[in-house]
This record gives sequence, structure tokens and C-alpha cells, in this order.
Amino acid sequence: MTKSIMIVGVGGQGTLLASRILGSVLLGQGYDVKVSEVHGMSQRGGSVVTYVRFGDKVASPVIEKGQADLIIAFEALEAARWVSFLKKGGRIVMNTQEIEPMPVITGAAQYPEGIVEHIRGLGIDVVAIDALDLAVKAGTARAVNVVLMGVISHSLDFGEDVWMKALEDCVPKKVIDVNKKAFALGRAVNE
Amino acid sequence: MKLMLGNQAVARGLYEAGVDVVSSYPGTPSTEITEFASKYDEMHSEWAPNEKVACEVAVGASIGGARSFCGMKHVGLNVAADPLFTASYTGVNGGFVLAVADDPGMHSSQNEQDSRHYAIASKVAMVEPSDSGECKDFTKMAYELSEKFDTPVILRLSTRVAHSQSPVDECERVPHDTGKYEKHPEKYVMMPAYARPKHIVVEERISKLKAYAEECPFNRIEWNSDEIGVITSGISYQYAKEALGDKASYLKIGLINPLPEKMILDFAAKVKKLYVIEELDDVIETHCRKLGLSPTGKELFTFIGEYSQSYIREKIFGEKDEFAIYPESVPVRPPVMCAGCPHRGLFFILKKLGVMVSGDIGCYTLGAAAPLSAIDTTVCMGASVSGLHGFNLARKGEYEHKAVAVIGDSTFIHSGITGLINIAYNATNSTVIVLDNSITGMTGHQNNPANGYNIKGEPASAVSIEAVCKAVGIDRVRVVDPNDLAETEKVIREELAADAPSVIITRRPCALLKSVKHKPPVFVDPDKCRSCKACMRIGCPAISMSTGKAKIDDTLCVGCGLCEQMCKFDAILDTAPQA
Repeated sequence: MTKSIMIVGVGGQGTLLASRILGSVLLGQGYDVKVSEVHGMSQRGGSVVTYVRFGDKVASPVIEKGQADLIIAFEALEAARWVSFLKKGGRIVMNTQEIEPMPVITGAAQYPEGIVEHIRGLGIDVVAIDALDLAVKAGTARAVNVVLMGVISHSLDFGEDVWMKALEDCVPKKVIDVNKKAFALGRAVNE
Repeated sequence: MKLMLGNQAVARGLYEAGVDVVSSYPGTPSTEITEFASKYDEMHSEWAPNEKVACEVAVGASIGGARSFCGMKHVGLNVAADPLFTASYTGVNGGFVLAVADDPGMHSSQNEQDSRHYAIASKVAMVEPSDSGECKDFTKMAYELSEKFDTPVILRLSTRVAHSQSPVDECERVPHDTGKYEKHPEKYVMMPAYARPKHIVVEERISKLKAYAEECPFNRIEWNSDEIGVITSGISYQYAKEALGDKASYLKIGLINPLPEKMILDFAAKVKKLYVIEELDDVIETHCRKLGLSPTGKELFTFIGEYSQSYIREKIFGEKDEFAIYPESVPVRPPVMCAGCPHRGLFFILKKLGVMVSGDIGCYTLGAAAPLSAIDTTVCMGASVSGLHGFNLARKGEYEHKAVAVIGDSTFIHSGITGLINIAYNATNSTVIVLDNSITGMTGHQNNPANGYNIKGEPASAVSIEAVCKAVGIDRVRVVDPNDLAETEKVIREELAADAPSVIITRRPCALLKSVKHKPPVFVDPDKCRSCKACMRIGCPAISMSTGKAKIDDTLCVGCGLCEQMCKFDAILDTAPQA
């Protein structure tokens, strides 16, 4: 059975690295994997989404409304935007960090309030954490992506060593220590 | 096994096939092919000034005996079409493959054209992979086809194939022998006396390829149920498989031009209901109709945008997935110019002056979005310059003092120079602004002929944009720092007023370049801020007013100083106010 994970956020938050780590873990476990990314115009601070699908044999690289088993949202508004992609009984792991989009900055729109509560109100299993705070504690605000990988690592039934190897394969050597720390802080959230 | 982007797998295929020469122009979603190719030192890889040059380099390299490659996005093939159509007549010496990446859904493009028409029109073979493994295998096979049938081969990709990762097996590189060069004018000199017999050869070749299509291993049938038969190719095959599973049988076409005939007729005869599922145009469907079949195709499936598993399942079975709906409206998050972007100041001034802005292709196309909303037109690479000349002719001089063209450094090199020659030669008092940020930005930071570095980041000859402008006959050439708002406004006013054609080069490197040293973030003194929102008019993503006073996000701000120039109350400071 093919499983579908979405990684959503704002261009520049490091969603691509997160999808590479996840892809590396899954391929290492012997799954067929497809990871679909966005590049170009869609990247410049816009809403970004990466699809990760794995199973015995994966055909389509994309995920659509009502199909995701897990959504990892790097930003609160993006969690609200993509929540309709979740399958019934699916789970959303979200960073509570708020990044204002241009229509909010210019005053043309309001940043929505009570996003976590609204999503819970839909009967959805939500894990909401301040991943930015944990990333800063680990040593860099840029490690939000790896903190979130730590948080979701419990949702997949692989040992911690599998994740550490993927981190070493995907993260530059000079920042590996801070990223390992970020992962550990994320992983500790659910323990 | 490695997870690879489709584009990375194409590059791996080039390496393994023994390709020696790779020449491309960047364009989403094709760019990474050549970026990954440049990491293999066994191949010469380069960024050419445009796709026509890249294609001609590859044609020349093929004639020279090497296996050669050029890659581009779909609209790039419009630029490279000229050499392609005649390379079809000359054929090849070393194998020649041209990759073209279509962008259904226009994730990062100005139109949604279907490149399969080019293969039909130029009468060359075209192959279309549907995942990364096929990207590598089809690339290698394309070189064998190219040399066996003496034809250029087009490798057609689409965004979801080019930009999806899936597992790929790596093999060793097999070097290609370039052989001895022999002069062969009747094959390579396409003047009428030699071209006429070559057209006969081209028609014979397409007949041979048609026969080959019946046995080509990339055209294959997957038998499941005989209730539904689907003829499909590329990413549409993956969507159809996901949607219909074993409730349908599939004729998956890998050789997309020329299409098989007998294979399609046999398949159609064995299924009760026949569908053709193909994104964009009805190329396979039209072929089926010529064979006397009546498949269900575009009467059910759209010509517009991307398909998906849900779309196909709904169209064929009427099934839909249930999903939750967020109870409130969610503000859109469009792409924006980055904090510190050197284009921001320029577009603020252009908006302030209220001029007509003839736009072009690049990050600066975002100057069309609110709150800057400065750009009037965007058509294709280079059209800002030539289009402004036409616009000024139409308005009979009325707009010569209130219209400008904006074009990036890489786009200017690509196809802006010829338009500028036309302005000088055919004499309109047009004002062209070259936004020189020293990089090809939108496609993800590629070096170009104007920035002094080659594809590997090594020092290279650099075009002097000033000298080019002067050499083509523009006497008034000015250079200005676009982050100096007062000076930029003054220079633009002066050049618009002048009764002569002019070029203004706004020069400041892209804020995202690693080589750019940023100043520390700036701060707002809330006591001095009068909430006048002047700083909000530049559309900087680091500035917000959520607390009623201006606030600057110090994780985004790079200290470009633009907002300080906007503030009339000196409320924006270089150092944090003491608490």
C-alpha cells in the first residue's frame, strides 16, 4: 500500500532538504520512493509543497485532496492551506511559527487566528509545536526542517540510527552537529 | 540505487552514454540536467547565451563526431527551432539529443505549449520517459537511435518527470569514439542542391522509424482487464496507473514520434473501451483517429493544465476522495521579490513615475505584482526591448518620454541585444533599463556570459554591457545603483527626457548570492514611527505593520537600506534603539 506524506511551507524554509532526508530514509528501508518538488517562480517566498510517496511500487509522484497520510507543515498558515489534502484519519504535524504573506503585509488580508483549534475542530489529529524555538535552542533558526523530521520520526517505524545515517548523507559536514541536536530535540517532543 | 531527479537521471544517462559536449541555456524545469552534467569532468558542459546557440553547438559537435546534447525548456525550443529543423536534414555524425521540458500547469512559464508538435514538424524521433529510471535509460537509448537512424532525437520531459525523484541504478560510462573527421558537403551543406535530396532521405527515415516503432522496447503493453484500454505516455501514464490500477490495460508509448500503427490497432481491437490519456494537446488521439479509431480523449479530458490520478479517476469512474475543508478563507502566498532584492528600488521608482514598463522574463517579472504593480507587458525573452520600440512607433513619439523596457543581464545577452540594435538603427528614443544582478536568478543562480564565471564557477571572459550598448549605436549609457533611490530616479528622469535612445544599467548583485556581503538588519524606533506606511510601499517581505507600527523581521532583513530611504521620520535605524 502506497503511503503519502506532504511537506508544506514557505519558500526558503528548507522543505527540499527535509524531503531529501525523508527520501533517503525510505529508500534505505527498501521502499520504492517518489519525491516531487517545485522549483523556479514558485520558490521565491511563495507557498511551497513537496510530495513524498512510498510503498512496494509507486506510480504517481503527486498527492491530491483527501490523499495524504501525514502533512508536515513548516508554517501555521500553510497548515491551514493544505489541510484539505489530508486523508480521513490522517495526521498533521505543524510548526506554530507564523510568516506573514504579502497580502497580510500590505493589509489586503488578515493573518487567520486560531489555526490549530480550527484544524482540531475538523476532527484531525494535530501535533503543534514551536519548531523555531527548538531550532534556535539547537543552535540555528535554519534547522526548523530537521527539528520537524525529529518530530515525525515516531510516525515511521524505523530506528534512530536510520535517521542519523540519512542526516549524515544529506546535511553538509560543517553543520551536522547542530542538525543532530535539532533532530534530537524534535524527536524528544513526542517521547 | 540512488534517488535522483528526472533531470539528474538524464545527466547520468549523458555521462554513461559517453557524451562529450553539453551546451544549454537554463530554463525551468530543464536547468538541473546541465547543472548535474557539469559535475562530470569527463564531459564539456557550458551555459550558452541562448538555446539557438546551444543547439548549434551541439549540432557542430555532432558533425565533429562527438555525442552531443543541448537542453532547454519548452519555450527555449522556439528559439532553437531554426537549427533543429535543418539538423533534421543533415542528420548526425556522433549522436545528437535535444532535451525539452514542457511545463503543463505553467508552474514557472509564460505559456503551456506542447513540444511534441516540434518532433512532428521537424520529422525527428522523440522519446518520452515517465520516471527517473526511464530518464536515464531513454537518454542512452536516444543516442543509439540517433546514430542508427541518422537523426537528431528529442527527449521530451514535463515538470513532474523532470522535478520528481525516483530510484535509479548507476552504470559505468562507455566512452564514445569520435572517429576521423571527413568532409561531406552533400550531407552537411544545406543549400538547395544538397537539401532537396536530403528531404527525400528525411521522408525515408521517418518511414523506417515508423516500422521500428512497432518493435521499439519503449512501446509496451501491460495487460490487465480488457474492459478498459488506455493509450498513454510520460507522466500521464503514471497518473493513469495510479487511478485505474489493474482495472485497465495500458499501451504505454515511449517513442512518441513517430507513433506505432499496428501496435495501436491491435491493442484497440482487444479492449472494450479505448481511452487516450495525454496532457496538453491531442497528439496521440489525432493519430488514432487517422487510423480509423474513435477513442475517448479530449472530449473527456482537458487540453489545459496538469492531469492527476484524482482527475482521471473522477472522469472515468466518477469517484472522488472526501476531504476536510478549512472553515475560514486562507490568504494567498504568492512568490515575492526577496528581502534586499536589487530590483525592488527600481520598480518602486518606475511605479512612482507612472511610466509604461515593457517587461521581460526573469525574477523581475515579479515587478508586475502588488504592491509595486509596475509592469505593463511580458511576452518572451528579449521582447521588452524590441516590443518597446514597436510600442513607441505605435504611439508616434507620445510615449518616448514615459515608457521604458526592463530586462535582466542574462536575458539581455540571450536576445536583448538584437532588439537594442533595432532601436539604434531604426531610431526611436526608447529607454532600455538593463537590470544587471550578475547572475541568472530565476532559474536558481546560473553564471552567464556577462558575469565573468563559467558553469563550473571558474573565471571566464565577461561581456561588458556598457561597451555592447555603445558599440551597437547607443550613445547615452548610464550606470546606477538601484538601491540609491534618489540617484536612480534622477537618472531615469534624465534619460526619459533625452531626445535620443538610451540605456540605463541598474547594477547590484542578487541579494541571495553567497559572495554578497550584507549589512546587519535595521530596526524600527517605535517612538519615531508615525505608522504612515511609507516603508510598506516597497513590498519588502521583512516589513510588517501587525502591531500598528512598522516592524522588521531581523531573520529576513539584509540591511539593504531601501526602507530607511522611504522613511521621512528617521524611524528606521541601523542599530536597535536602547530600551
